[in-house]
Amino acid sequence: SATPEIPKEDDRPKWDNKFQYILSCIGFAVGLGNVWRFPYLCQIHGGGAFLIPYFIALLFEGIPLLHLELALGQCLRKGSIGAWNTISPYLGGVGVGSWVVSVLVSLYYNTVLTWVMWYFINSFQEPLPWSVCPLNENRTGFNKECYESTAVNYFWYRKTLNITPDITESGTLQWWLILCLATCWAIVYLCTIRGIETTGKAIYVTAIFPYLVLTIFLIQGLTLPGATDGLAYLFTPNLNTLKNPRVWLDAATQIFFSLSLAFGGLIAFSSYNPPKNDCEKDAVTVAIVNSMTSLYASIPVFSVLGFKATTAYWDCLDRNIISIINEFDLPEESILRENYTSWISFLNSSYPEKIAGLKLKSCDLQEFLDQSVSGTGLAFIVFTQAIILMPGSQAWAILFFIMLFSLGLSSMFGNIEGVFTPLLELQIVSKTTPKELLSGIICLISFCIALCFTLGSGSYWIDIFDRYAGSVPLLVIAFFEVIGVVYIYKIERFSKDVKWMTGRKLNLYWQITWRFISPLLLLIVFMAFIILQMQKPPSYAAWNPNYEGFPMKEEKVYPPWVQAICVLLAALPCVCVPLVALFHLIKQKRRSKDPSFVPPEVFSCQGANS
Amino acid sequence: MLRALLLTFSVVAIAHAELCKPDAQNAFKVRISIKTALGDNAYAWDSNEEYLFKAMVAFAMRRYSSKSTTQISNVLLCNVTDRVSFWFVVTDSSKNVTTVPGSEVEAAIRMNRNRINSAFLLSDKTLQFLKITSTLSPPVEPSTPAWLIVFGVVLCLIVAGIVFLVVSGIQKHKKKNKESTERENLEEKVEVTVTLENGIPCEVLDLKSGRINGVFAADDERFTSL
Repeated sequence: SATPEIPKEDDRPKWDNKFQYILSCIGFAVGLGNVWRFPYLCQIHGGGAFLIPYFIALLFEGIPLLHLELALGQCLRKGSIGAWNTISPYLGGVGVGSWVVSVLVSLYYNTVLTWVMWYFINSFQEPLPWSVCPLNENRTGFNKECYESTAVNYFWYRKTLNITPDITESGTLQWWLILCLATCWAIVYLCTIRGIETTGKAIYVTAIFPYLVLTIFLIQGLTLPGATDGLAYLFTPNLNTLKNPRVWLDAATQIFFSLSLAFGGLIAFSSYNPPKNDCEKDAVTVAIVNSMTSLYASIPVFSVLGFKATTAYWDCLDRNIISIINEFDLPEESILRENYTSWISFLNSSYPEKIAGLKLKSCDLQEFLDQSVSGTGLAFIVFTQAIILMPGSQAWAILFFIMLFSLGLSSMFGNIEGVFTPLLELQIVSKTTPKELLSGIICLISFCIALCFTLGSGSYWIDIFDRYAGSVPLLVIAFFEVIGVVYIYKIERFSKDVKWMTGRKLNLYWQITWRFISPLLLLIVFMAFIILQMQKPPSYAAWNPNYEGFPMKEEKVYPPWVQAICVLLAALPCVCVPLVALFHLIKQKRRSKDPSFVPPEVFSCQGANS
Repeated sequence: MLRALLLTFSVVAIAHAELCKPDAQNAFKVRISIKTALGDNAYAWDSNEEYLFKAMVAFAMRRYSSKSTTQISNVLLCNVTDRVSFWFVVTDSSKNVTTVPGSEVEAAIRMNRNRINSAFLLSDKTLQFLKITSTLSPPVEPSTPAWLIVFGVVLCLIVAGIVFLVVSGIQKHKKKNKESTERENLEEKVEVTVTLENGIPCEVLDLKSGRINGVFAADDERFTSL
């Protein structure tokens, strides 16, 4: 007889340990949105009351979909394209759609990190460049654009973006942004050079560091004056807002996008797991950690915002006090902030014309707290302004921007894995090509395409990508994911697979959510989204120094060719699903005429791994 | 005699009062914010400080037009309020009962603004001459922008990391290739020379004497010794 067979080792890469895997999933889910979108939503939707729709959405939409993706990847042990091809060739389009979305999002997401990096390397100066206005040409005063808005706005719109007043004006390539973009893509390449071998090591830093910085900011933020006002404003529940369906929609979309579902990255991550791994517990852990992080991050954010509002309120009062003291020649410090109102009423009754002539601004703390911002405005305008007011601003600025960079980088790892893993499996490249070359090519091509975002109109385009490529297609893909697994692969088969992997039977909660609730919720959210978009023509806010209402932004409508691009971005990933199904239908029809055709085996998790 | 003196004094006083009053020609309003500038170390504004102020203005006038013979008595202060704010004029000692043109005073103050500010431990913002604008100092620009230096450092670190990983990857690849070719050669050799039967090479089994079974061989202890 022959020599005994040596069992063939699975040459698929593996996580070094379970902790790396969990940390990668958490890092992918926890991103910039947890810091700059969740607190904003909490604020505008009635504070603590927003947590109710948020947790309901987490329970019925977030956790089930997350469990589905992780179980899928772990069972099939392939990236998104391969996995969906295995489930059913007709569903291969779902994987292709995920892949396209991951590509589109990677392109613009790294440009946001470029802006963070630019602010980071500018934080090493004294004084911070966004704290003072530059002088104009003949040095008689400050630069006009800066003077009319604020130094912080000027640094963001002019010195960083060099933004054009209209999306149709492309402007020129900003060389400083190109340098930072190259650096960011180099960092991404460095960390993803060998796939999860290298990201697994990098994730220890990029996933844990933000928590450290958030804690430091929490302690610092709570000691700032006015922090309690900000926190009270954030968390005071206003249950009336729950009557507005917009709140529920925002909660559902926030949970969905926050968990980074339907990108294919989570499927890729869990495909590197050993097959017998408790994916149910993993899913619940990752989802809960993500939501807790959002809550935890909103505390320092709102302490700092409360501090900023209080400082602005005090400044307003002080300016009024100085005007009054100068006008009436009263001694210094005779009017303090505390007795301002009594003085004003006294002076108003005795000298109403003089008071009216002073044109005092009404100072209302509530008004300053109401100025809510989300997204890049929060990080680059509001927060940077607050940092200037703190003692030791350079250190706070450096910490803040490193934290944002780590948050974004760990999400980028997931995006890149969503692009990288399916390409490795598609056998486009031969087995002998080193992984380093493939990841290098991906990073280089992405860098070249992302150069478009460093134009003057770049940030308008990033808004478009964010609103259209990173929103609607994900909902569609997730919907088809659930339908595909539950009704095409059949949930009984999937239950058996999950039971084999976790050792436990699927309980009623998963059955109900996967079969009915999650698909229904996704459908409702998708319809509501589309309806809201259709209600008014898509517009954007342009920064135009020549606008009459400057420094307010000018509302402009997208020209038709831009609207066409928006539709294309949203439709391209979605259209992959029916296209691939059609393609396979035609291939099947042609093959069924062939007499030597053998139908493919029915796939099963256990069959592949035993 | 006394009456003449009194008359002269009152005339001078009235003349001074006419020269120095709010919104008079060539008069400037000054606003001082000592508590804002110095906080707890604030000093009180009294007649001594006023004397110093007059001295500084006279000094400024003298420095501006070197031939000038402005005396401290030429600087008139009036309408001092609790704020602290007051008006001042500079009279011309050569011509009686006239004031030095405002433009000259403005230019003199502008030229010596720094000296005047430091005499009172104040700044342009806390010692305000209304109507006299201060020139803004240009921002300090280092020769290399600071951000380029940081950028250079970060980029060098990253490039070093990439080069290290790529080189180590190539080395690992080469080692794996060498190992796999070695193993292939070894396996080939082994297969060609040896045919195994039950784990035992056939050549050994061909021996006529048979094979000694080690279990039963060393059997001497079983038999009791005679």
